[in-house]
Amino acid sequence: MSILINKDTKIITQGMTGKTGQFHTEKCQEYANGKNCFVAGVNPKKAGESLLGIPIFGSVKDAAAETGATVSVIYVPPPGAAAAIWEAVEADLDLVVCITEGIPVRDMLVVRNRMKKREAAGGKKTLLLGPNCPGLITPDEVKIGIMPGHIHRHGRIGVVSRSGTLTYEAVGQLTEIGLGQSTAVGTGGDPINGLKHIDIMRLFNDDPDTDAVIMIGEIGGPDEADAAMWCKANMKKPIVGFIAGVTAPAGKRMGHAGALISGGADTADAKLAIMEECGFTVTRDPSEMGKLIKKLI
Amino acid sequence: MKIHEYQGKQLLKKFGVAVPRGVFCQSVDEAVKAAESLGGNLWVVKAQIHAGGRGKGGGVKVAKSLDEVREFAGQILGMQLVTHQTGPVGQKVRRLLIEEGADIRKEYYVAALTDRTTQTVAMMASSEGGMDIEKVAHDTPEKILKVFVDPEEGLSAKQAAELATGIGVPAASVDSAVAALQGLFKCYMETDASLAEINPLILEGDGNIKAIDAKFNFDSNALYRQPEIMAFRDLDEEDPDELEASKHDLSYISLDGNIGCLVNGAGLAMATMDTIKYFGAEPANFLDVGGGATTDKVTSAFQIMLKNPKVKGILVNIFGGIMRCDTIATGVVAAARETHLSVPLVVRMKGTNEDIGKKILSDSGLPIITADSMADAATKIVAAVK
Repeated sequence: MSILINKDTKIITQGMTGKTGQFHTEKCQEYANGKNCFVAGVNPKKAGESLLGIPIFGSVKDAAAETGATVSVIYVPPPGAAAAIWEAVEADLDLVVCITEGIPVRDMLVVRNRMKKREAAGGKKTLLLGPNCPGLITPDEVKIGIMPGHIHRHGRIGVVSRSGTLTYEAVGQLTEIGLGQSTAVGTGGDPINGLKHIDIMRLFNDDPDTDAVIMIGEIGGPDEADAAMWCKANMKKPIVGFIAGVTAPAGKRMGHAGALISGGADTADAKLAIMEECGFTVTRDPSEMGKLIKKLI
Repeated sequence: MKIHEYQGKQLLKKFGVAVPRGVFCQSVDEAVKAAESLGGNLWVVKAQIHAGGRGKGGGVKVAKSLDEVREFAGQILGMQLVTHQTGPVGQKVRRLLIEEGADIRKEYYVAALTDRTTQTVAMMASSEGGMDIEKVAHDTPEKILKVFVDPEEGLSAKQAAELATGIGVPAASVDSAVAALQGLFKCYMETDASLAEINPLILEGDGNIKAIDAKFNFDSNALYRQPEIMAFRDLDEEDPDELEASKHDLSYISLDGNIGCLVNGAGLAMATMDTIKYFGAEPANFLDVGGGATTDKVTSAFQIMLKNPKVKGILVNIFGGIMRCDTIATGVVAAARETHLSVPLVVRMKGTNEDIGKKILSDSGLPIITADSMADAATKIVAAVK
């Protein structure tokens, strides 16, 4: 088992015919069961053609109807990316993974409010992962996104982080000491996004094949604190926590659009303190994440 | 991206928010002429820099005669204005705003910003205008009112009136305040702002509501579709090293320590800085080379880091995913040669083509120290600069 995706997941790629989309789709196909999982591409101008052996459809709706796909991954450039998310939502998919970095915040605000209203009106709940995220991977089954597949190993530790390379760092440490991952998820570095730490922690808690979780956060926003409070009351599995940005100055945007200290509660120190209070094993040395998990299980 | 007050007021005016009449000036003579053309017998001479806290630093003065306008403009133009936001060196004043005086009866605070928790636009208002709003939020949070607005539905007249009444705007001026609040919201949305703040918004003796200050911040992801905002960009107000880095598509922020660091990925870059601190030293910068680092990009990154005289050592930390370690290693070797690197260099690389990368480093004959983990790398660079 795993969370969100597995070897039977059928996936549509939006923006597959672009340079980035094509490059990563090929890597995803090469990984584990990818050849069978990536079943459709979308490009209205190239409907009926195929690329990398994958048929291209004119719309997400057509692609889903023809292939039975329930998940999409988006590489569409920023100006059209929010519209691509909305198209996938309107096609009633289960999960949309948006890799695109640099989407205007206003576009994300609009699409998130539309998603919430659609759901409130009884529409299907479509989950969104990202934007500006590396995607997610269930090792030895399927990878959706831009992470390097070869550093992963099938196992029982969940990993969740906003940052791409910091997720790889945690995964690399686990694999090196012989611990595999159930699923590794990057929620993305943007201020307005879909699934948050709390949502992923809920899923890991319910997954019988996840024994422990590494939760990595960074400065800015309330997500890590919200997740920590939820975990204190509900989480049945041990958690190792790390927050990047102890040395980040207030008021400066540290690379990620969402990594900005704007009040007292969203500093790395404040988040580490809340996580510790909520029963996490926290560390200020990110090289220790893997070793600490090993001690806990 | 930030803009100046006078530019912010141009935007507010365009969206129906009343502002004092004013003229933007770049010399003392222009300032005096501006005061003459505005008329009256009271003017405000305001330094235009991007940092806040200008009044306390001596950058805002009220003139009661044209002679005083000349005197104050002369004092302020060219001064190094130090505020709590500029750092100890301050910011040189190159631009002035000359405004007509205002008949201030009451000061309010209003702002629009993106609220991450509700994923809406938060419209905030307070009766405590003209003060440091963070202090108000801390000491008397009940004095800050908020409404959360769906971006497509907009701020209704009813919501705006509730805010205005809630902060004590007199009944006769509520319509004027509603117009200001709705104008601020519309301006925020249409310009892709990430913060739009009026502090203070004032009530004048005649019952009018006016914006006396304007502070804006814009979403850098949206600047491609905001040519009017891009035209407001003032490069004099930006950190020259950060500006140079952005030309090479590098994300760079200078800090106070002595260990330069070059990392791929924003999260890993912050974690690397933190590890340096954890092992007893301070990082000199944040530097994310991004996903597609070329030899040129790495060389530029080294040049920018080494321009900082405080840098006594460099730590390179790469987790190769899409970016291959051999590409980075080639770049690091070339950059070290090109910059005649004379400070210790520690390189830690993991991931795709790690072994080829390490071989390139050891074959280079350069005194590069390699490390296995982040902790190992930090320990080695901290020891090397001591």
